[in-house]
Amino acid sequence: MAIRSGVIAKKVGMTRLFMDDGKQIPVTVLQLDELQVVAQRTAEKDGYSAVQLGAGAAKAKRTSQAMRGHFAVSKVAPKRKVAEFRVAPENLIPVGEEITADHYFEGQFVDVSGTSIGKGFAGAMKRHNFSGLRASHGVSISHRSHGSTGQCQDPGKVFKGKKMAGHMGAARVTTQNLQVVRTDADRGLIMVKGAVPGSKGGWVTIRDAVKKPLPDNVILPAALKSAAEEAKRLAEEAAAAAEAEAKAAEEAAAAEQAAAEEAALKEAEADIASDATGDADAAREKKEGEE
Amino acid sequence: MDLIAQIEAEQVAALGKDLPDFKAGDTVRVGYKVTEGTRTRVQNYEGVCIARKNGEGIAGSFTVRKISFGEGVERVFPLHSTNIDSITVVRRGKVRRAKLYYLRARRGKSARIAEQTNYKSKAAPAGAEA
Repeated sequence: MAIRSGVIAKKVGMTRLFMDDGKQIPVTVLQLDELQVVAQRTAEKDGYSAVQLGAGAAKAKRTSQAMRGHFAVSKVAPKRKVAEFRVAPENLIPVGEEITADHYFEGQFVDVSGTSIGKGFAGAMKRHNFSGLRASHGVSISHRSHGSTGQCQDPGKVFKGKKMAGHMGAARVTTQNLQVVRTDADRGLIMVKGAVPGSKGGWVTIRDAVKKPLPDNVILPAALKSAAEEAKRLAEEAAAAAEAEAKAAEEAAAAEQAAAEEAALKEAEADIASDATGDADAAREKKEGEE
Repeated sequence: MDLIAQIEAEQVAALGKDLPDFKAGDTVRVGYKVTEGTRTRVQNYEGVCIARKNGEGIAGSFTVRKISFGEGVERVFPLHSTNIDSITVVRRGKVRRAKLYYLRARRGKSARIAEQTNYKSKAAPAGAEA
């Protein structure tokens, strides 16, 4: 069990992507916005291990005193949305680390949870896909009603859990096994195939799919910005070193060539000197030509 | 520009389609890539464009109607589909509707569309395309 952290993302909206093979894929664009680790939960202190993540920038003056204190302890800017993710103890992430969109790779399956769009008090037809009553044949002002709710004198009650009209939506919904189509670490974008619960601008949480085996190439404990920067710095250093080496080699080659040229020049001079002691101008000309 | 519009604009730019200027009423020839087994070829579909939908953006599409063996056939193409090899305008039609769904109820002579002879391109200056 190597559960790793999920991420909090903002639902930006939906669009479509055209693939090279002619397919078009409907995608939901999800954005990671200053996603940082705010706190850790450890087995010693809390009895379980988890990371608390925060996303989005909140105004300090609109953050409650209690939450301000909480953010001050972890030395991160106030966040709009805070959520906890259970992780294995070895996958705990240090407080203050920022997670990037590379956390998921293209083709991976994820589960996305969010709060669905509220529909208010909805009838049985809309809420439970009932068929309603007939349009004619004596039905009067109850075309969209649910009809009978039970049996007769025995049992003489409506069973608990009977599907009826009531409040619909605005509930936590998880959509499982959505495929990641594209990620963009620079802008913090994750594009998943299909729809995601909630409205545009709403917060959702993304996790590795529970109904698929965890892929081997996922980044543990998480794709961190600090790690990305470190890798970039190392790459730059390596590039600089390689460049310096190349330059040094070039210089050495140039020096060698110059030496060789000089040697050739001297030889030529010696030749000229042995050939004819006079006519120094011609010799110089030749020298120049050889250079 | 919001993020979705930005992503869509980027994708339109990345696809790099050179779309001709056409509208409902124009007769167009669409080269559509068809995969048969392993090899692909381009199949031409020519007919009257009877509708343009959802603008020039990534979601844009158009409907082409033709009479094939006495039977009316309509195909909807996504404007930026990677399966579309080419779109060429064969004839400019003169119509007074954005959607020519009335053509579905007509046959023969009454389903004709007059040609616009003095067509002027919107983008290019007058006479550039003539």
